Amino acid sequence: MTTLIEAPPSDADGLLPSKKKSSGGGLGTYILIRFFLIIPTIFILVTLVFFLMRVIGDPITAAQGGRLPPEALAQRIHDAGYDRPILIQYLEYVGQVATGNFGTTITDRRPVVEMLATFGAATLELAINALIVALLVGIPLGLLAAYKRDKAPDAVLRFFAILCYATPVFFAGLLMKLTFSVWLGWLPVAGRASTRTELAMGSLAAPTGIYWLDALRSGNMAALGDIGAHSILPAVTLGLLTAGVFLRLVRTNVIGTLGKDYVEAGRSRGVSNFRLVTKHAYKPALIPIITVMGLQIALLLGGAVLTESTFEWKGLGYQLVQYLNSRDFVAVQGIVVLLAVIVAITNFIVDVVAALIDPRVRY
Amino acid sequence: MNATTVSGRKQPLLYRLPVISHFRTSVGLQRGMLVTGLVLAVLFLLTAALAPIIAPYGFAQLSDASGTFPAQQPPSPAHIWGTTVSGYDVFSRVIWGAQTAFVVIIVAVVMSIFLGVALGLLSGYFGGWLDRTLVVIADAIYAFPSLLLAIVMSIVINHGQSSFWGGILACSISISVVFVPQYFRVIRAETIRLKAEPYVESAKVVGASSVRIMGRHIFKNATRTLPLIFTLNASEAILTLAGLGFLGFGIEPSSAAEWGYDLNKAIADASSGIWWTGVYPGTAIVLTVLGLTLVGESMNDLNDPRLRGRKKAGSKVPAGGPGSTAGAQAALEAEARMP
Repeated sequence: MTTLIEAPPSDADGLLPSKKKSSGGGLGTYILIRFFLIIPTIFILVTLVFFLMRVIGDPITAAQGGRLPPEALAQRIHDAGYDRPILIQYLEYVGQVATGNFGTTITDRRPVVEMLATFGAATLELAINALIVALLVGIPLGLLAAYKRDKAPDAVLRFFAILCYATPVFFAGLLMKLTFSVWLGWLPVAGRASTRTELAMGSLAAPTGIYWLDALRSGNMAALGDIGAHSILPAVTLGLLTAGVFLRLVRTNVIGTLGKDYVEAGRSRGVSNFRLVTKHAYKPALIPIITVMGLQIALLLGGAVLTESTFEWKGLGYQLVQYLNSRDFVAVQGIVVLLAVIVAITNFIVDVVAALIDPRVRY
Repeated sequence: MNATTVSGRKQPLLYRLPVISHFRTSVGLQRGMLVTGLVLAVLFLLTAALAPIIAPYGFAQLSDASGTFPAQQPPSPAHIWGTTVSGYDVFSRVIWGAQTAFVVIIVAVVMSIFLGVALGLLSGYFGGWLDRTLVVIADAIYAFPSLLLAIVMSIVINHGQSSFWGGILACSISISVVFVPQYFRVIRAETIRLKAEPYVESAKVVGASSVRIMGRHIFKNATRTLPLIFTLNASEAILTLAGLGFLGFGIEPSSAAEWGYDLNKAIADASSGIWWTGVYPGTAIVLTVLGLTLVGESMNDLNDPRLRGRKKAGSKVPAGGPGSTAGAQAALEAEARMP
């Protein structure tokens, strides 16, 4: 019966709407269209954030209302142009963002771009550290879980993965602080480095802002050790959150490829189970893993905000909360737009990779 | 003939309900996971419902007949889990926190399901410019770190002041802004997949209207995964609520007990070795999320015949052969949606 239904494909094609023919366009067109879709994505978020922030009032009243006499406040609002119609302000803001000018923060009067560069480096450092932890933990354990499918180790590992997801990063951070900093006294409680190291890093000629890279470049080994000690807990905290996701991904994908015919063929030729998992099933399974990994960037950034607040890691997330609390919406807008750009570009890359691998993705 | 009549008979309604049917088809480890999850989830529901009876004090109570509560008191008979830096009873706040979390989940998820499912069906079925526009907007929101979006929303809605319902509503709206695109995506993808199925084609051929096809043929199949997404989103709602509270954009401590807020205060305590203010609310979050996720996870596996354990698992090798790729693909997609 089944063969009969599958046999005449021309019939089935006739029934389908003309979708197949009209959406022919090749990979190049797809990438081009997808690239131009980044712009509306960023545009929508910029618009959303701008208007949401203005619903509350103008940034200067929000930040300094009550602290300045009314005349001075009105003067500052007028100087900054916040008394003009909102649409004109919006168009001006979009124009500024398009040219890379994000304005000046209200509370500490710094150019937003400079602020983003400073704190962005710290967040980047944290994200890289966390990603390393996540990969080191997630991939081997995922392979192990797939290898021992439905046995005790698999059950334990799957439970571990769910636990990683179920534990809020700030609670994981709190437990780590309690255990390793307070009770065992092995690691520092908070911060990116001790004051001495911070000073040494600040006085470098051309710092990248990523502390361990700077320490390596200047050959300051004492500082490197100090930075390492400070980095472990935040990196593990944020890394475990993502590690759970990686573990599950690797496990399901490897199990998926283990069922393929060529793996079966390998098994029938006597290839060992271990080798089947690590060589034959692992590599093809990597492709979907890489694409999904790209999508984890949003999770990682969201987690970074919480991790930074937990460990007083002075990055974008920590700073975002500070600026939100002092109602400095110019700075908040800058941070949110930067994160939107990062996420949009990552998603674009992920989509292109996915399209390269799987032609069905293109539309 | 006899055989067909037997298999064709419908099971009693009770056995066809989502969780119960899953329980009946589960075995071994999967049943263990499902049962663990259910026990934790029921425990959470009971705590939420019975909070006024279980909790010895109110969530914002600072004193009783014997005087003002001492601050940062270690666990003692009067305060079995100790007191916080502001003098709240930790045990009472953890219990009351379950109620807050429960209300927020229900409001947030119900709001998002209605909106997300409706938009997803329309967008997936009709396609065209409507689809493109909605997808671009949903993608923009979806791609963005959900916590940040929730923070921005809560600032806009809350302005800092918050009563119980004001705070709950603000949190729920903040969370559902994040969820609508997720439901939208899932339902749209399912709709597009189902649209190409032969039975939808044949419904079109016999002249069924778009509304009927969407409402009957597609909706029923596309929402097959909804109980699963519901449990997963419920756990995400708890995490988002706690995240908001932790960063100080949640519900005021005097309006409701909220685990995230308590953990925020506990971070400072941790440095001086005070563990009881953080460990208990944190554990409450973990257990609740764990319970809901285990239920969702097991339902996901049990929905998929290929992942479902059999009474006697004879072969260690997953069943290959034709048709397996489609099943595996579906399982992978379900898995990819998870986080």
